[in-house]
Amino acid sequence: MRRGSFVRALLRRPQGAAAVAWLALVALAAAVSRVWTPADPFRTDPYSAWLPPSGSHLFGTDAVGRDIASYVMAASGTTVLVAVCSGALALVVGLGLAALGSLTARAVRESVAVLIDVLVAFPTILVAMALAAAFGGSLGVVVVASGLGYGVTIARVSRSEIRRVAREDYVTAARASGAGTAQVLLRHVLPNIAPVFVVQLSLAMATSILAEAGLSFLGYGASAETASWGRLLADLQKFLGVHPWTIVWPGLAITLTVLALNLLGDAVRDAADPRLRPSGRVSATGPAAAAGPVAAVDSAPGVTS
Amino acid sequence: MTRFLLGRTALFALGLVVASVLIFATLRLLPGDVAQAIAGTTGSPAQVAALREQLGLDRPVAAQYLDWAGGLLRLDLGESLVTGTPVAGEIAEKLGVTLPLAGLSLVFGLLIGVPAGVWAAARQRRPSGLVVGVGAQVLAAVPAVWLGMLLIALFAVTLGWLPTQGWPLDGWQEPGRALRSLVLPALTIGVIEGAVLLRFTRSATLSALDQDYVRAAAAKGTTLDRALLSHGLPNVALSVVSVLGLQVVGLVVGAVVVEQLFTLPGLGRMLVTDVGRRDLTKVQGELMALTAIVLFVGLLVDVLHRRLDPRLREVER
Repeated sequence: MRRGSFVRALLRRPQGAAAVAWLALVALAAAVSRVWTPADPFRTDPYSAWLPPSGSHLFGTDAVGRDIASYVMAASGTTVLVAVCSGALALVVGLGLAALGSLTARAVRESVAVLIDVLVAFPTILVAMALAAAFGGSLGVVVVASGLGYGVTIARVSRSEIRRVAREDYVTAARASGAGTAQVLLRHVLPNIAPVFVVQLSLAMATSILAEAGLSFLGYGASAETASWGRLLADLQKFLGVHPWTIVWPGLAITLTVLALNLLGDAVRDAADPRLRPSGRVSATGPAAAAGPVAAVDSAPGVTS
Repeated sequence: MTRFLLGRTALFALGLVVASVLIFATLRLLPGDVAQAIAGTTGSPAQVAALREQLGLDRPVAAQYLDWAGGLLRLDLGESLVTGTPVAGEIAEKLGVTLPLAGLSLVFGLLIGVPAGVWAAARQRRPSGLVVGVGAQVLAAVPAVWLGMLLIALFAVTLGWLPTQGWPLDGWQEPGRALRSLVLPALTIGVIEGAVLLRFTRSATLSALDQDYVRAAAAKGTTLDRALLSHGLPNVALSVVSVLGLQVVGLVVGAVVVEQLFTLPGLGRMLVTDVGRRDLTKVQGELMALTAIVLFVGLLVDVLHRRLDPRLREVER
């Protein structure tokens, strides 16, 4: 498939376009927040505590007078960092385990497969808590735990995928015509399983963002000097009875970002599958046109927890 | 069936062994001296030495592991480093909160997810079915902490129907109050789990609607909805059962965060506290207990699925 047609197919789906737009916004906010935020996100001012949203404080202020909008913006940097690092680690772990579990000698292959089946049952948060008990909580612990945790899931999904593709006729044909293992892997296997990895990568990132929020809320994620959406939720929780509206902003930021990654995963899966591309036939059916892509999109669930 | 049971039990046992090794090894990864870390910067050398002996740190790592693993087999998880109380007893006590919480969450999740999923699939081309599908997509992305806070803000702070946080002093001695304390936490986990279940159920129902036997039943004169109810749903139920194992992982994850948010004295909250105190023996025991629960439920779900699905039974020789 040509790359251009894939991107076009992705952006032509409303969910795909919306997801890409939101993620671009978060990435932009993260980049800009390194050099500029509306106010210093950590500057406290007891005289301007609990100000309602206004022109100078877009989302209002918290108990110590911090500007919530600036804090949320600065925290998007933390989110992007955690998501990218966890995603990369998950991909490396997943690819490594999958390769070990599908392309090696039979004895190794089978034992790795059993190991993957065993490891996939371990909840990420327990791995994170074990690491936090040993090293103390930090964003590094979050990244390692969710990277390892989701890496095993990726290994499980892609192992069967690699084995399926390796049995296809075009791989046999390439082998028969004299292509070496490396060439078969790079030219024929990888392009065919790449969409699976992109889908899994976006789900891994979504999972790591939820994990970061949860662990930072518990106090074992971001440190006090690091802006984090989960930490802000923990700070605001104490005043939930008096100022409930303040929790809307960090919560909404987490939800929309996770949702965008889930939607992106679904849209990539559909866009990579030419059979699911919206055709003239679908868009000609009137009211059902809107239902078509959506129905296709959430026919398989995304991230679980 | 016997062969399957043996194989699956062996996998469960292997899972427990791998878990115990990983948990033990991770907690020994602690940089520097464990005893020094526990004693803190104010600990005198004598205190540190005493701690080392108490922890058995002066012995080889393999021997330490075997000691601990042998204790596990006898359900003896050692004593807390901070309070000196037996860990197994405390875990059993906390399970009195965590297990009812998980059970109630699962009930909420099933009650929300399954009927709504079938309904959304049956109405997939109408706006109402679409709204439910999109709603589930959104809810599956909501962090548990935030949903819990929103529910507190609505049902506890604004409406005043349920307690915001906490657990009755007498625990289950006051069943009514205890149950009321569990409703909001269980609803928090249940809604998120329910959203995921909804999406599984919906896609399972959609594929059931496509099956020949459902269409054939509809063609023989009953409505498609009825054909779905009588012929499609047993198959939907099967796929729901097959994902319940995943859901239970979600329940444990939820319990750790949600117990903290609602200050429920359960196993998850105890784990959070003990990680903060670096009470390694307890953390070790708690992680092992939670992992064992997850693995055991996975075993149960697989066996149940095997028993329920006639197609898997016929394969038996």
